[in-house]
Amino acid sequence: MKHDSTNEDPAVQAGSSPQPNRTKRTRQPRVPLSLLSRIVIAAAALMLAFTYFFPLWEITLDAPQYPEGLGLEIWINQMQGQNQGDLNKINNLNHYIGMKQIKPESIKELSIMPWIMRAVMLLGLVVAATGRRSFLLVWLLVFLLVSGAGLVDFYLWGYDYGHNLDTAHAIIKVPGMSYQPPLIGSKKLLNFKAISLPGIGGWVAIGSFVIGGLVWLMEFRRARKQVIRAT
Amino acid sequence: MQKKQITIIIGAIGLLLLLLVVGCAQKQEAGGFGDAPAKVYVAPGSYDEFYAFMSGGFSGQVSVYGLPSGRLFRVIPVFSQDPEKGYGYSEETKPLMMTSHGFIPWDDAHHPQLSVTDGQTDGRWLFINGNNTPRIARIDLTTFETVETIEIPNSGGNHGSPYLTPNTEYVVASTRFSVPIPQKDVPISSYKENFKGTISYIKVDSATGRMNLAFQILVPGINYDLSRAGKGPSHGWSFFSSYNSEQANTQLEVNASQNDKDFIAAVNWKLAEELVAQGKGQAWPANYFHNYMDAADVGKSETMNSVTILNAKEHPGLVYYIPTPKSPHGCDVDPSGEYIVAGGKLAALIPVHSFSKFKTAIENKEFDGEFDGIPIVKYESVLAGEVKEPGLGPLHTEFDGQGFGYTSMFLSSEIVKWKLGTWEVVDRIPTYYSIGHLMIPGGDTKQPYGKYVVALNKITKDRYLPTGPELTQSAQLIDITGDKMKLLLDFPTIGEPHYAQACPTTLIKDKSKRWYPIEENHNPFAIKAEGEARVERDGKTVHVYMSTIRTHFAPDNIEGIKVGDKVYFHVTNLEQDWDVPHGFSVFGANNSELLVMPGQTRTILWEPKQAGVIPFYCTDFCSALHQEMQGWIRVSS
Repeated sequence: MKHDSTNEDPAVQAGSSPQPNRTKRTRQPRVPLSLLSRIVIAAAALMLAFTYFFPLWEITLDAPQYPEGLGLEIWINQMQGQNQGDLNKINNLNHYIGMKQIKPESIKELSIMPWIMRAVMLLGLVVAATGRRSFLLVWLLVFLLVSGAGLVDFYLWGYDYGHNLDTAHAIIKVPGMSYQPPLIGSKKLLNFKAISLPGIGGWVAIGSFVIGGLVWLMEFRRARKQVIRAT
Repeated sequence: MQKKQITIIIGAIGLLLLLLVVGCAQKQEAGGFGDAPAKVYVAPGSYDEFYAFMSGGFSGQVSVYGLPSGRLFRVIPVFSQDPEKGYGYSEETKPLMMTSHGFIPWDDAHHPQLSVTDGQTDGRWLFINGNNTPRIARIDLTTFETVETIEIPNSGGNHGSPYLTPNTEYVVASTRFSVPIPQKDVPISSYKENFKGTISYIKVDSATGRMNLAFQILVPGINYDLSRAGKGPSHGWSFFSSYNSEQANTQLEVNASQNDKDFIAAVNWKLAEELVAQGKGQAWPANYFHNYMDAADVGKSETMNSVTILNAKEHPGLVYYIPTPKSPHGCDVDPSGEYIVAGGKLAALIPVHSFSKFKTAIENKEFDGEFDGIPIVKYESVLAGEVKEPGLGPLHTEFDGQGFGYTSMFLSSEIVKWKLGTWEVVDRIPTYYSIGHLMIPGGDTKQPYGKYVVALNKITKDRYLPTGPELTQSAQLIDITGDKMKLLLDFPTIGEPHYAQACPTTLIKDKSKRWYPIEENHNPFAIKAEGEARVERDGKTVHVYMSTIRTHFAPDNIEGIKVGDKVYFHVTNLEQDWDVPHGFSVFGANNSELLVMPGQTRTILWEPKQAGVIPFYCTDFCSALHQEMQGWIRVSS
């Protein structure tokens, strides 16, 4: 840990300023991230690549008539059934309540999200490369913002599908009933119990964020100790 | 006078004692089931261990049961029209019933055979013979639907069929009734001079299952009965039991039972294959049908007009006769492929032939003359042993893979268990009544699964509640895991079960199709979306391109139909969901309904006879709004 200054990285060099006294007086000294932390951050960023191979979110529909399972998977770049043909089945069921057809090709988020994810990954790698704790904080904030926006978007999407029903053509009309799937958790929608939870990709993203947060917390405490020791 | 009275009294006492003994025996049986209920109980929602496929006999169908529960899952129509499913009524499936005699809506289906690879069940297809108008059918075990039928020419009844060679290279057929071949108008009494038999080998395409009559062997005119292919050391041969070596043409009951021994015909099919490859076969004109569901799932009929014939007499080494006592019926090869067990219907013993001794006998030319040009191998030279005093009327033998044979006894109505090699009877169990075939899961393969033997009985009398003069036939499930066979369960069957086959569910269950992908539906009259639904008129023919999806037909109001039109309803079920077929039935239709599987297209012809408005509706309860799934057709004069 003490040998951080041997690192070739210019950012780290910049951190170990030749004039510590003057800097100390104006602001806290820049304590760079430890090598281990930087490796962990890089790993956390790279981990996000899993979101390309596993669904971010899953909505499972549970009903007596579907012992074989029925549900939707939301991936970073697509929406599909949990089993082959599920999307088709869900769309067919939805016509009873006048819900719009789910057409993955018309959901524009699915073409934007991969880019956002790539940006988040890249930013994470920049944090690892520069070793700057403030960058780590920025990364975490961006990560949180993007995820929050994603969930809000998901909620609005669900709200739209669940509420904007074609009541003129709906076969089953239950006064006051809407069919918005829960954001997270479970909810009874007529004969279906809809269960909405992160998928493997989603859990990986959450894990990546948690790791980033823990690293930041540890580094924050380490830096404070160093500063205290130095003063 | 007094002597006579004493005799009567003694006789009466004897009869009373007999009744008492029988009564006790029955009581014992009723109270002796022990843990049988637990052994056959398959809890709600749980699966059976074996699929059993039972022939429907004169029902022309195959029934699918679960073992050990004896629960019926499905009846597959094969040779019989089935209005419930629209099978044999829909334009797509009608071709499967075509023969050189025209459309035949029925046959007598006897012997199901599961396809095999290396002598083991592979769960791909089920073959079954039509006995009356010689045919063989193939059922696809991913859909449980009949997908192919082939007519067998030059045959007078296809009983010894469709027994498979160990890699499903061939299914066989053999003529039960010898007839003039080729057919001609001759006196029936000229049997010996004019009547002939054939043994047919139908090649099965290993990838598609498609059948093709490869060659027929012309053999002496006797009755060929049952068959098994050799395996292991006897691979390349098949064996056919026969009767009526007397060549009687009347009162066969008496006249065909005169000879002490009839024959098992041993056929070297590998040699036959070589002879055909060398061009030694003769092309004979023939007329038979080959029908199959094509890539678009539409039935096609092809008329075939030639067949390759090998005359057994002209090719030494192709066919031998092995003398076998008393009109043999069953002809079963043990798992090792060494023993051929014959069931002489009227014999008091079960002869077992040895394949290795048969080979040696041929090498040493140990012959006992010829029958109509076919060498007869000496009985003693081929015999491996005889199961002595097994009971009366041995018919069929299956094997448990543990070194035992189980033979059904028609007359004494029992199954007899005996040891291969020592030929001693080790156990016996009564059957109720008059058992025909019996079946052990995989009992005819290289490695039987064992566990149960199923008795397939011809007569039930008092076993079930009476249903008028015609009573159910039945199957009985018997536990063979212990030293003593134990009766577990009786259950009724569809039609008359002849043979049956069973295999572990794992071979079939996970391959079972849930629906037909709509994008793979290539039926020329299919529609892929509701928007394509329409009515097209071509002269007096009307094509209705109709779709079904929960819970409506499109179109559901059809006008412009005229009396005298031929209206074809091409119904495509657009559902892509499990267990959602739709039905389609028209008021006053003279044929049947349609039952259309998800993603499938089926067509039914309707010929309106009078003006008016005719309703149609869905017959398969498909959703909460099933009752609303209906429409009307306006017929104008």
